[in-house]
This record gives sequence, C-alpha cells and structure tokens, in this order.
Amino acid sequence: MIKLIVFLPLLAALVAGLGNRMLGNVVAKAITTGALLVSCALSWPIFLAFVAGNASPSVTPLFTWMQSGGLDIAWSLRVDALTAVMLVVVTSVSSLVHVYSWGYMDEDPDQPRFFAYLSLFTFAMLMLVTANNLVQMFFGWEGVGLASYLLIGFWFKKPSANAAAIKAFVVNRVGDLGFMLGIFGTFLVFGTVSIPDILAAAPGMAGSAITFLGLRLDTMTILCLLLFVGAMGKSAQLGLHTWLPDAMEGPTPVSALIHAATMVTAGVFMVCRLSPMFEAAPVAQGFVIFIGAATCLFAATVATTQTDIKRVIAYSTCSQLGYMFFAAGVGAYGAAMFHLFTHAFFKALLFLGAGSVIHAMHHEQDMRYYGALRQRIPLTFWAMVAGTLAITGVGIPKLYIGFAGFWSKDAILESAFAAGNGGQIAFLVGAFAALLTSFYSWRLIFLTFFGKARWTQSEHIAHALHDHHTDGDHDNPPSQEDAGHEPTQHGPAAADVGDGTGGYHPHESPWSMLVALILLSIGAIAAGQVFHHAFNDAEGGLAFWQGSIAFDAHLAHASHEVPTWVLFTPLVVMLVGLWIAYNNYIRDPGAPARFTAMFGPLYTFLLNKWYFDELYNVIFVRPAFWFGRLFWQRGDVGIIDRFGPDGAARAVQGGSVLTGRLQSGFLYTYALVMLLGLAGLATWAMVRF
Amino acid sequence: MIGLTHYLVVGAILFVLGVLGIFINRKNVIIILMAIELILLAVNINLVAFSAYLGDLVGQVFSMFVLTVAAGEAAIGLAILVIYFRGRGTIAVDDVNRMKG
Repeated sequence: MIKLIVFLPLLAALVAGLGNRMLGNVVAKAITTGALLVSCALSWPIFLAFVAGNASPSVTPLFTWMQSGGLDIAWSLRVDALTAVMLVVVTSVSSLVHVYSWGYMDEDPDQPRFFAYLSLFTFAMLMLVTANNLVQMFFGWEGVGLASYLLIGFWFKKPSANAAAIKAFVVNRVGDLGFMLGIFGTFLVFGTVSIPDILAAAPGMAGSAITFLGLRLDTMTILCLLLFVGAMGKSAQLGLHTWLPDAMEGPTPVSALIHAATMVTAGVFMVCRLSPMFEAAPVAQGFVIFIGAATCLFAATVATTQTDIKRVIAYSTCSQLGYMFFAAGVGAYGAAMFHLFTHAFFKALLFLGAGSVIHAMHHEQDMRYYGALRQRIPLTFWAMVAGTLAITGVGIPKLYIGFAGFWSKDAILESAFAAGNGGQIAFLVGAFAALLTSFYSWRLIFLTFFGKARWTQSEHIAHALHDHHTDGDHDNPPSQEDAGHEPTQHGPAAADVGDGTGGYHPHESPWSMLVALILLSIGAIAAGQVFHHAFNDAEGGLAFWQGSIAFDAHLAHASHEVPTWVLFTPLVVMLVGLWIAYNNYIRDPGAPARFTAMFGPLYTFLLNKWYFDELYNVIFVRPAFWFGRLFWQRGDVGIIDRFGPDGAARAVQGGSVLTGRLQSGFLYTYALVMLLGLAGLATWAMVRF
Repeated sequence: MIGLTHYLVVGAILFVLGVLGIFINRKNVIIILMAIELILLAVNINLVAFSAYLGDLVGQVFSMFVLTVAAGEAAIGLAILVIYFRGRGTIAVDDVNRMKG
C-alpha cells in the first residue's frame, strides 16, 4: 500500500509529462489529480491507525541501490508515526492543490507540464519522508529542490521567474553542501547511513571528539550543525532565507504546496527524524533555538511592511518555520511536528485564498490596490478569515477550544517556556513575533477585504477594463502572474461610479478552487482540536510517536504546567496585534502613513528586508561575478584559449599564408625550389655516405 | 696541359649559367629552353671528360643518349610553346603563372 502511495504520483508525473500534448489537458489533469487523490485516500488510514494506536512502524524494502564495502544503501520505504504525519500532510495538500489548479491554471497553455511537475514534486517529497537512510533522504531532498526550481520557473518567459528559480536553486546548494558534509561525516563516524542504526548509536557518541585539521571537535555537535545547515537552506531560515520570498514568482498553487506546506518543512522534518542525534548535541540545539527564534522575529518584522499579498504570506511562512525550529531546539519535537501539521493546513489555505483573491483581481498582487472585497468574493473571504484565525492562534486557554494554530503555537511557546534558559528567551521572542503575526495577518485581511475599494490605481485592473472595452489581444507577454483568465463580463456603463472600483467586478473563483479552500478551512479550524492529544500530550504523545522522534514526555508534561500568565500570553498578544491592525487600517487609515513618517529609517529597513539581498549582493554575488570574469577573461581567454585552440589555429593560418606565398605560379620559382631541394639532398647524401 | 679539372670547371660554369638562365631570365620561355640545353651540355661535357679520363666508353655512349633526349625535349618544348602562344598570345615568363594550386 505504501508503495502505491509513493509511486502513483511518479507514474502520473511520467504519463502526464511524457504524454504532454498527446494526452491533452483534461486527460493529463485527470490522471495526475486522480493518482494524488488515491494516494491521499490511502494515506489517511495509515495516519489514523497511528493516532488510534493500533499501528506499528514498518519498513518495506524495495531493492538495493549501492553496495560498496561497508556502504550499503537500499531503497526502502519506512512508515512510522513521523512518516505518517508527513504522508497525510503531503498527499492532502498536494491533492487539494491539484484540484485547485484545475481552476487556477485553467487558461494556461502548458497545463500537462504543470501537473506533471506537481506530481513529480509529490513523489520526491514522499521519497524524502519515507527514507530509511540518509542517502535516500538526500535523493528526495534534491528531488523536491529540482521540482521547486522547475515550478518557480514555470512561466519561463518571465525573466524575474527564471532569476527567482535560479536563486532558489543556488541558495539551496549552500544548504545542501552542509547536508552532504553531514551525511559524509555521519558515515565516517557511524559507518552506516541507515537512520535507525545511526539513531541507536547516537546517544553513545555524545561527548566524543573527532580531529579535523588539527582541531578537536565535538563529534555530535559538528555533525548536527552540518545537517542543520542543510535544514536551514531547505526551510529558509535566517541567512539562507532569501530565496523564499522570491520563489513567489511561481504560480500561487505552487507557493501553497511547495513553499508553504511541504517542501520548506522538510528541514523541520529532518531535524525531528534525527532528533536523537540533536539530543546528543546540546551546542547544536542551542544554535537551532537561536536560528529559529531569530528567523521567527526577523520574518515577522519584515512581513509587517510588505505590500505584495504573496510576500506577506511568504515571510509569514518563514516566521512560522522559525517557531518549528526553536520548538525542535528546545526538545519539543512533538510540538514542532504538531505546528508543521497544522501550519500545512492554514498556510496552504492562506496561499490558496490569496490565489483566489489574485484570480479575482486580474492578477493584481499589491494589497494597496485591494480593499472592499468582502462582499464580492464572500467564500474566499471566509476561508481567509479561517486561515487567519488559525495562524494567529485564536482560542481560549483553560477551556481548550481553539483554531489549529492555537493548539500548536501555544504548545511551542509553552514548551519553550518550560524548557528554561535559552527556551525562555525563545519564548519572549516567540511571543513578540506572535504579536507581529497577528498584526500582519489582520493587516492583510483588512487591506484586502475591508475599507474602500482602491482598484483604479492598479495597472492590472486598468488592463482588464481596457481589454474588455477594446476586446484587445492577449498575446502580450504577462507582466505578473499569468494563469490567464478573461475579464469578467460586464457593461462599460458601470465604469464611472466614482467608488474606486473603476467599474471592475471581481468574481468568485470556480468551484474547483473553492472546494480546496473549504476543505483546507476545515483542517485549519479543526486539525488542532482533533489531533493535539496525539501530537503533544505527555501520555498520548508517547503512544503516538512510538519512538520515531525523541519525544520528551517530561517536557510535554511540564509544558502543561506553566503559569497561567504564560498560557494567556499568546491570546493577549494576538488581541493586541488585532487591535493595532484594526486601529491602523480600519478606524484610522491615515495612521500607517504617519507612523512611517515618524519612524522612516526603521520602516525602510524593514521594507528592504533588513537589506539581506543587498548585503549578499555585495558579499557573495559581486565577488563571484568578479571571480567569474577574472577566470573567464584572464584565465580562459587570456591563457588557455590564447595558447590552446586559438594559438594552434593561428599557427596553422600563418603557416599556410607563408607556404601559399611560395606557390607563386612562376616556373622559375618552382625550378629554384626544386634545385635547392636537389642540392640539399645531394649534400645530405654526401655527408651521410 | 689541359687536364680533367679544366673540363670540369667549364662544365660547372656552363651548368651555373644554365641554372641562372632559368631563374634570372624573366622575359622569354625560349630562353629557358635554351638554358636547359646548356645544362644538358654541361652534363655531357662532364660525362665525356670522365669517360676519357677513366678510359671507359660508357660515358660517351651516355652522352649520345643525352643528346638524343635533349633533341626530343627541345622539339616537345617548342611544340608546347607554339600551342601555348596560340592560346594566350604571349610567351613572356612573367605572364606564365597559371601553375598556382
């Protein structure tokens, strides 16, 4: 059954991708979506069996991959509680995104390719989460990276999409180098890449040291740090996060699937999968906490100033991943996985909702040109509100009712507080980030759905109206998202109403998109309530995880015993954030402008994302270009070409000109040469004999 | 007393004159033919001189052959020249440069 779950998407990807135009849009879409729905339907029973406690971990061997000396790598599919969680997350979100894409990509000329990539991604992700050894995990890891690259650059005619795709790939290489070194080091130390063997041996290696370049390093610390660098790249943590916001150039369903719900959480998954290793390396754990908390705060601050609806959600994703990492750092792996699980639902929901808004607003992504969309697209509005309630963690402590984020985020904050020391700093940072989360999430809702319509300034809307009036051509290359859709049918009579709508009528998305939104809303509302017992309760967690992560029942227990003010902190900061957003964007719309005028430098600093891109540009990109040019013009052109191929060609050319000159066509020159030759031969003969 | 050396010197002078006649002459193809005759004669002188010196008749027989061949060669050369003149209207050496590859 697990084989079917993993390989159906691959099969569908191959059929749809290779069949492409031969199959036609509908067949390709039906095959991929059908395969994913089957995978999803098969995954849920596995997960529910683990939740109910009547399933045990299993490994399904497929075949041997490589065998060389002590290195023994086999393809096999491991199913335990951790994998089961990822299975349902990946297949559910992926199948819903497939369904959603029927509507969203309806007018795209390249639909079979898109769906094939989506299915290929799903396959790679499933290989990653079912891996029983580090090398197979790395295979999946690179597979999702490839799919991410292909999908970010899906609209390959758009230069910005290509640049973003390359950026994502290159930044991920940095992380992957760390991951690879980690795998090499692990093999060196443990003599195996099999995950169960490594985890079994890990506690015994705590405190041991290896010598590298004359330095004595703590074995587990160095291994965990290297592996964590890999996780940082994939999960867009501070330092290697720059690719994630740019990855929003891809189609919105891709952002929802890859850059919110699944691929970016691979880092968290990896840390949880290898949690016994991290437990044996306290220094690395401290580093994980630090990076997680820093990312959490950094991304939340940046999200407050962004105006592109997808970028806000992208930074929000970055920030939520930070939560997961510091939860993993303090040892609350159950809470980290719980947040991963709930986050997948509400963040996919937010992204797909944003896609629905973008679809309705003719590919306008700038929230400054939204407003007053509440009545126009009510279903999308309610779905987005459900997602926002979930991400901001609305719920009532002590009564134990709340949205998904309430359960998981509070679990993280409480665990961090209960873990003491570094954890309590992480708690404060996390609480402040929660305030910012609440602020930017509600800001998004208020800017998009409330207030007055500000559509007239938007070029996209103007374009749509213009298109409608002149029945203009659609051949122009798209400047922004081009899933393509026709402007709505409405009369030019509605044009000059003077209410900021410019006569444009947003329309609700087709049913295929709404179905995905509704199903994800259910997940966002209920996932926490239903599954919190299994993920993070002291007793329930032990029974559920069955040792697949280093679940700390003591910490889980302690996290439920934190002081009451800690319990209420997330709720209070959420309300404060909501109040600030309400104050600034509904009651007094002029307030944000006054604020930015007062704190100009701070605002520009945040608007420019802490100048990370500029900094990297100066530190890495420009020197890399400089080096490239040096080797190209001095090294390659100046030395290798000059004395190599070019030199040889020039010698032949010069020689032929010289010999060509000998061939004058005059008899006497030939005779002279002949004579000289004869004389030479005669001389040689005389000297020789 | 005139010995072998003198004959050889005369032969060498004639030979060099013939060679120079081929290279330095830029005017007339007929002169080239004459120069070739000169070279052959120089060779003949050498053959006859060595034949007399060594008392071996073979050299003189060979010189007869050379004369015969030279006559044939002159006949063929002149015939080519006539044909060539018909075709191009000139036999000036500097115009005869069609032997470029």
